[in-house]
Amino acid sequence: MKYATLIWAGLWRKKARTILTMLSILIAFLLFGLLQGINQGIKSGLSDTRNNRLWSVNHMSAVSSMAVSDMTRMQTVKGVRKVAHMSFFGGYFQDAKNAIPAFATNIDNFAAVYPELRITPAQLAAMDTTRDGALIGRPLAEKYAWKVGDKIPLGTSIWTKKEGGNSWEFNIVGIYDATPDFSRGPLGSGFWINYDYWDEARLYDPHRVHQFIIQIDDPSKAAAISAAIDKLFENSTEETKTQPENAALQARLKQLADINFIANSIVGAVMFTLLFLTANTMMQSVRERIPELAVLKTLGFSGRRVSALVIAESLLLCLFAALAGLVLSMGAIKVIGSVFGPGRLPEAVFVEGLLIAVALAIVSGLPPALRAQRLNIVDALAER
Amino acid sequence: MSAATQILAVTAMNIRSLPRRLGSSSVVIIGIAGVVAVLVSVLAMSTGFIKTLSQGRDDRAIVVRTGSSAELVSVLTNDAVLAIADAAGIKKDPNGSALASPEALMIVNLVRKDGTESSGAFRGLTAEGFAVHPEIRLLQGRMFTPGLAELIVGKSAQRMYRNTEIGSQLRLSGTNWTIVGVFESGGSARESELLADAPTLRSAYRRGSSAQSVLVMLQSPAAFQTFKDAITSNPQLQVDVAKESDFGAQQSDQISKILKTVAYVVGGIMAVGAIFGALNTMYSAVSARAREIATLRAIGFGAVPIVVSVFVEALLLALIGGAMGAALAWLLFNGHSVDTNGGGFQGQLMFDLAVTPALVALGIIWACAIGIVGGLFPAIRAARLPVATALRAL
Repeated sequence: MKYATLIWAGLWRKKARTILTMLSILIAFLLFGLLQGINQGIKSGLSDTRNNRLWSVNHMSAVSSMAVSDMTRMQTVKGVRKVAHMSFFGGYFQDAKNAIPAFATNIDNFAAVYPELRITPAQLAAMDTTRDGALIGRPLAEKYAWKVGDKIPLGTSIWTKKEGGNSWEFNIVGIYDATPDFSRGPLGSGFWINYDYWDEARLYDPHRVHQFIIQIDDPSKAAAISAAIDKLFENSTEETKTQPENAALQARLKQLADINFIANSIVGAVMFTLLFLTANTMMQSVRERIPELAVLKTLGFSGRRVSALVIAESLLLCLFAALAGLVLSMGAIKVIGSVFGPGRLPEAVFVEGLLIAVALAIVSGLPPALRAQRLNIVDALAER
Repeated sequence: MSAATQILAVTAMNIRSLPRRLGSSSVVIIGIAGVVAVLVSVLAMSTGFIKTLSQGRDDRAIVVRTGSSAELVSVLTNDAVLAIADAAGIKKDPNGSALASPEALMIVNLVRKDGTESSGAFRGLTAEGFAVHPEIRLLQGRMFTPGLAELIVGKSAQRMYRNTEIGSQLRLSGTNWTIVGVFESGGSARESELLADAPTLRSAYRRGSSAQSVLVMLQSPAAFQTFKDAITSNPQLQVDVAKESDFGAQQSDQISKILKTVAYVVGGIMAVGAIFGALNTMYSAVSARAREIATLRAIGFGAVPIVVSVFVEALLLALIGGAMGAALAWLLFNGHSVDTNGGGFQGQLMFDLAVTPALVALGIIWACAIGIVGGLFPAIRAARLPVATALRAL
């Protein structure tokens, strides 16, 4: 470490250039962290192996309904602990543009299947006594400044009431606080209403629901239990499609767009540009300092040591700037994270970023370092 | 020498010396090319998406149930369908019947070419309905026979899904459908759909006689208001009316907004990085030319020609970079097909990326802006270079 001062001095030989190079590396790693963070964050949120839930939908499509009585048959499959169901309400508040993630469900079972939502027994009791009650997630309540006791009219793009019209009024009986991971997700800001009330009041499609959520005893048996459930309804008029929750979510995301491909192409473009830029700056910086390096060699520094100094300088530049960029992206992901899954930068992405920074430093520092090593003192001093 | 000749002379000299600084100049070019390529490609996705969804005629209107943002969640009873077809403003065919097409729309699970499942749109049309869709044209095979479980497949749908060749069968909710034809519809979203006879489709899916939407051909684009007034003043109807193109544009709103945000945020961050790169390069270009600049100043050249020469260099590099980036986006992605499941529950939609002249122009404008900012401070430094020190230093 006795050369620290020397490296430091070399780094700041041209302040403006070093700062500009650092800033462009910082920007590149900020983008890298953002895109990879979102990309990996979605994946890691999905591959939580402790997940013991299966989703079952109509085989025809996820928006086709199924008989609510299927639930009783699913319950008979070995390994199934509890079955909940939910149906899309297609709600909006005041204007069709303000979509509200409202779902009708049997809230007791639903709360048992999703302990992550932290719905309290008192809230369940309140839902039980208030037929037109609604339980809503904290983020949703905050967004519209709704509180317990408010009567909220929701429009729906799907359901007409038996008495006519498509405006439904619900009484907010509770606001739940989900676990941090869930409160940022869609379920954390749900608007849950009583299935029984809704089913009686709607004009059509009675006794039918859109999706079953099946809690199982052992996550490692998910595939076998999914198959057993689908077997129950095989060759009936309504076949089911059952998948572990993670797999179902992943498939839905993949339908939206190949996020992976887009993120990787952009990161590739950014990294290529950046590598080019840094390599150029490093080479230029060494070129200008050839006489200085020759002086070092005259003083007795070996060729290898001089090249080590050049590499160290490059490492310092890249690592420092990359670290700053990654830390910034962590902050940015926290802010926008709620939209895309877990909202934190996975450690793996952080480590990957630092590794790329090291690779960048070596690739861009190596050619000038080799040049410094091979330097002929007399020629270099004479600037030939 | 006049100012103009000075500017010309210094700029020409500078540009002639550019090849010697190629290494560092390429940083500006490649940096800007990267920004423009990313910006233009992502925006091309949004443009292509909007183009496909808002493909519609001005003299065609769509009617859905009140509050339905997508056709799929809409239900219109048979009475409603008849009342809509009776409204004023609708064009009549030579036999005097209204050009109105009650359409059934189902979402079905289809297997994509890569083996994953996705939701596809399956539309039912009546024989009269095709008169409302003159742009639907058979490419291969024949039309389905009403009453039989036969369907025709859109050309994009055929590219997306397995088992969609003519003669093959698709098993959908207990019925085996035979594919008898392939159609195109002028690049609209219909090309990602399957089409079959409406009554056959409805009975296979036990939907009774209801429809999801009614499409009507208007007497003229101006007749839209007449039609809308007739529909909205009918107390028996609880429906929304929109011009077909507006309805599609509104459906593409959400996804295109997301894509635009991604393009501008990522492009903006990259642009800041490219500005730093350009600043760096231009500063070093100025310091490499320090002796030359000082000499010019010493023999009487003004500061302005020097500033202009640095600016022109930065702009020239930016233009090359911008053109390269736009060309790259065009070569790689123009006409490249992607598919997404957007705009409500309308099923998987395939569309082509469209690198339009407007996007290329936008890319070049960004490139120039980066070049101007990246050239500004180095140009000022060049002008302020103390002549005596610069001459002595080297």
